[in-house]
Formats: sequence, structure tokens, C-alpha cells
Amino acid sequence: MRDGSETPGHEGMAGSGIVFGAVSHTYRPVRGRPVLALDGVSLEVKEREFVALLGPSGCGKSTLLYLLGGFLPVENGSISVGGRPVIGPGPDRGIVFQNYSLFPWKTVKQNVLYGLEKQRMPKPERERRARELIDLVHLKGFEDSYPSQLSGGMKQRVAIARTLAIEPETLLMDEPFGALDAQTRTLMHEELLAIMRRTPKTVVFVTHDVREAVYLADRVAVMTARPGRIKEIVDTRPPNGVRTDYLQSSEFAAKVDYLWNLVRDEAIRAQEEQG
Amino acid sequence: MRDNLFIRYLPLLLLAILWEIAPRVHLVDPSELPPLSTVCVAWWNLLIGGDLWSNGVSSFINWSFGLGSSIIVGIALGVMMAWSTTIDDIASPLVKALYPMPKSALIPVMILWLGLGAGSKIASIGMSCLLPVILSAYNGARGVDQTLIWSARACGASQREVLWEVILPGALPEILAGIRNAVAISFIVLVASELLVGQKGLGYLISFLGEGGVYDAMFAVVITVSALGFFADRAYLYFMRRTLVWRE
Repeated sequence: MRDGSETPGHEGMAGSGIVFGAVSHTYRPVRGRPVLALDGVSLEVKEREFVALLGPSGCGKSTLLYLLGGFLPVENGSISVGGRPVIGPGPDRGIVFQNYSLFPWKTVKQNVLYGLEKQRMPKPERERRARELIDLVHLKGFEDSYPSQLSGGMKQRVAIARTLAIEPETLLMDEPFGALDAQTRTLMHEELLAIMRRTPKTVVFVTHDVREAVYLADRVAVMTARPGRIKEIVDTRPPNGVRTDYLQSSEFAAKVDYLWNLVRDEAIRAQEEQG
Repeated sequence: MRDNLFIRYLPLLLLAILWEIAPRVHLVDPSELPPLSTVCVAWWNLLIGGDLWSNGVSSFINWSFGLGSSIIVGIALGVMMAWSTTIDDIASPLVKALYPMPKSALIPVMILWLGLGAGSKIASIGMSCLLPVILSAYNGARGVDQTLIWSARACGASQREVLWEVILPGALPEILAGIRNAVAISFIVLVASELLVGQKGLGYLISFLGEGGVYDAMFAVVITVSALGFFADRAYLYFMRRTLVWRE
């Protein structure tokens, strides 16, 4: 069932606010019985808001992101971005995956150029834009390297550059730093926040890392073990709105503690289910 | 050590020396295995006389058309099978049933259908090489990471663009490995089909010389075919490495 509640002619209020309306999703493997992955998820993400989906593995948080990306069909409930229902993938919603998903046969520069070519941007302009983006993610000098020659952190920076290049209004991130070592991850957090300050976007960020969620997001939506539901939504903005020294603050520790207690039971439940 | 060409090919050199000496000291019957030097002289005469060239060209035409068509059709079919479950359901049982069939068993069937000329040889080679190409393209295309396809779609690529720009290059390493198998098979079927019937080609030359008892010349052609197979594989390997320079 597709969303039919939106009246046409809403282009005026385009924007990039996201509305999940009672989204359910059943995963049907080729063999085996269907599994209810998401059960009636409703959530609103305001324009330029950074929302983290936090939950144990297998809770359907990535599925929710893929539905928003338009990669999976919305079968039950509705998802709309800027008032328009999601019917397929589009350049308004850029995505970054945990496994980087770079085209291994393309160089760093060719990867960043890919989206711009798809957007039919004229050549001199897209060359300039690719240079800017490679600069932005500090990969100057690696333009002609292949992904196989880069470290995990560098690969993910290329992926972020490729996604940001086409200036999506919404950024979907699927555990983007999950495969990185702790130090690299911390640096990437700072880099991501810096980029978001320069080019603010609506971000939906999937993670199972509580500290990461609290540090990066404005709000954290905690999901239950399968079937995924929204358990609680927690405001995680630093009290004064400034993220410097947030990590060291007692407010941060309290938020992490509070969220960890919420996630803990679900993680244990998920573990038991996997047996 | 292993990089030294001389040492790498030392066993081959020893074999050549053995081949030269064994018939001369009558360890083996020289009429059944002429000394290597005699074979070399026969090879030179075949080259000067133009027999090697004219039959080689004829074989080359059969080989390139047969292999070429199998590559084009095989990639198209394999990728389509991976792309569409309907095509997969129709083609998969056929491919699986034909896979274990000895490739040379096709030759008499092709002769029956297409006659004694080049058509049956090209078809035999094409059919024999088709399966490894189909399977490699199928496996390669299916193995392309879903998130790679999604990334392209999120960049604004259409389904068709995804096919050309993501699936095909993503499947390329497997496809190129499959083609290498096809190249090996193509040489077997080429020679076998020409040995069986025909008035042209290197395989025909082998059987003609063998039946006429001109064994030194027969061995010369056998060596030529082996060398061509070897160098084709080497050249292909070089091309493959160049093409897949982005890996590792």
C-alpha cells in the first residue's frame, strides 16, 4: 500500500523532512519462512535534523534505511521525504554503506565523479566539484588511487565524497564507521560533524554504537529487537548546543548511560533469539 | 631464482635435449619419434612451403569466430540469467544438463547439421566454449554487491546504466577467468573438429601428414599447435592482468 494521504501540489513545501508512517516490512528469504522485520514504525525527522537509529543487530534498522532509500518497496505504511512518497532510489537521498561500496574498478576521482556524470553536470564543472570534494575529505594526492590501495577510513571518506558530490538533501548512513578501528572512527566522527556544519543536511544514521549515536545525533530513536519497533526517542543534543568537549561532559555520560540501559535489554533479547 | 627465465624453462630445455638424443641412440624408434632437429627442419619446410600458413589462417578463422561468438553470446546470456529470474528458470536447467557433456561429442552432431565446412567447426567451438562463459558471467553478475548497485541507483543511474556500469564491470574478473577456460577448450575442439573431417586447418594437416607417414612434419604441426595454445594463454593472462589492474 503506497501512501495516498498527500495531496498533490505540495512541491512548494518540498524540503527534506522525513515521515515514516506505520511502516511494517516482512523479509521473505528465498528459502525458509517470512520474517517480520519492522512492525509499525512511525517517526518524523525534521529538515536538517540528525537522527540516529539505534538498536541491536537484526532489529531492522538497516531495513528501515533501505526502505527510505527506495531500494526496497514500501509494502505497509508510508514513507515520505519533503511531502513526496518514496517510490524508488533518487539523488535527493544519498547513502553511505558500512562496506564503503566504492566501484573497485574506478579510481578515487572516478568514483567521486560518478554521481556527477549521472546528474549530467558539464565536464569542467564536475571536475571542479570532484576536486572540491576530494579536498573536503582530505584525500588530495590520492585522486588516481584505486580503492584497493586505500585504508578503510580513506575508502569511507571517498564514499562520503561521492555521496556529498551530488548534494543530496538527505544523507542516509548505514553503520558507516562500523568497520573502522576506534581511532579512525573518532576522527571520522569529527570530520562528519565538520562537514555537516559546512553543508547541513537531514541525516538518518544507523548504528549499534551508543556513544556514536549520542555524540553525533540530535535525537536517537531506540529500536526493539526483531520485529523492530521504536522503543523510545531521546533528545541527545548537548545542553548548550556546542559539541566541543561534549564527549567529556557529565551530560554525555548520563545520556549514554540512559540509552545503554534501553538498548541492553533489546540486545540480550536479540542474542537469545539468535541462540 | 624463479624470476630467471633460463631456470624457469630449464625442464623444457632438458625435454628437448632428451627428445633429440633418445631417437638417435635408438632408445625409441626414430620412425615413431623423429629427433627434434629433424622435426625442426620439417617445420621450416612447412613454413617455407606455405602449408603451415594457409592451414593456420583457416584454423585461426574458425577459432576466432567460434570463440568470439561464444564470448558475446555467453556474457549476454549469463548476465541476463542473473538479471531475470524468468530467464534463469528457463535457461538454468539446460545449462546444468549440458555442462558435464564432453565437448568433443558435439562435433559429429554439428557436422550432421552444418556439413563438413567451416560452419560445423565454428559451431562446435562456439557451443563448447559457451558454457564456461555463461557460468562465469552468471556467477560474476550474481556476485556483484547489492550495495554497489544501490549506490549507483542513489546517484541517479537507471536500471540499464546499472547493467552496463556496475554489473558488467563487477562481473568482469569472473568473466575473464571463464574466458580463459574457454580459450583452453577452444584449442581442443578446434583441433579435434579438424582432425575428424575437413580439407583445411592445422588439425587436418596433422591427420593428413600422419596418414601419409610423414611423422617429422606431423610432429612439427603438433608442436606448432601446442605453442600457439601456450602463447595464446600467456597473452591472455597478460591482457587479463592489465585489465584487472585495479584489484589488490
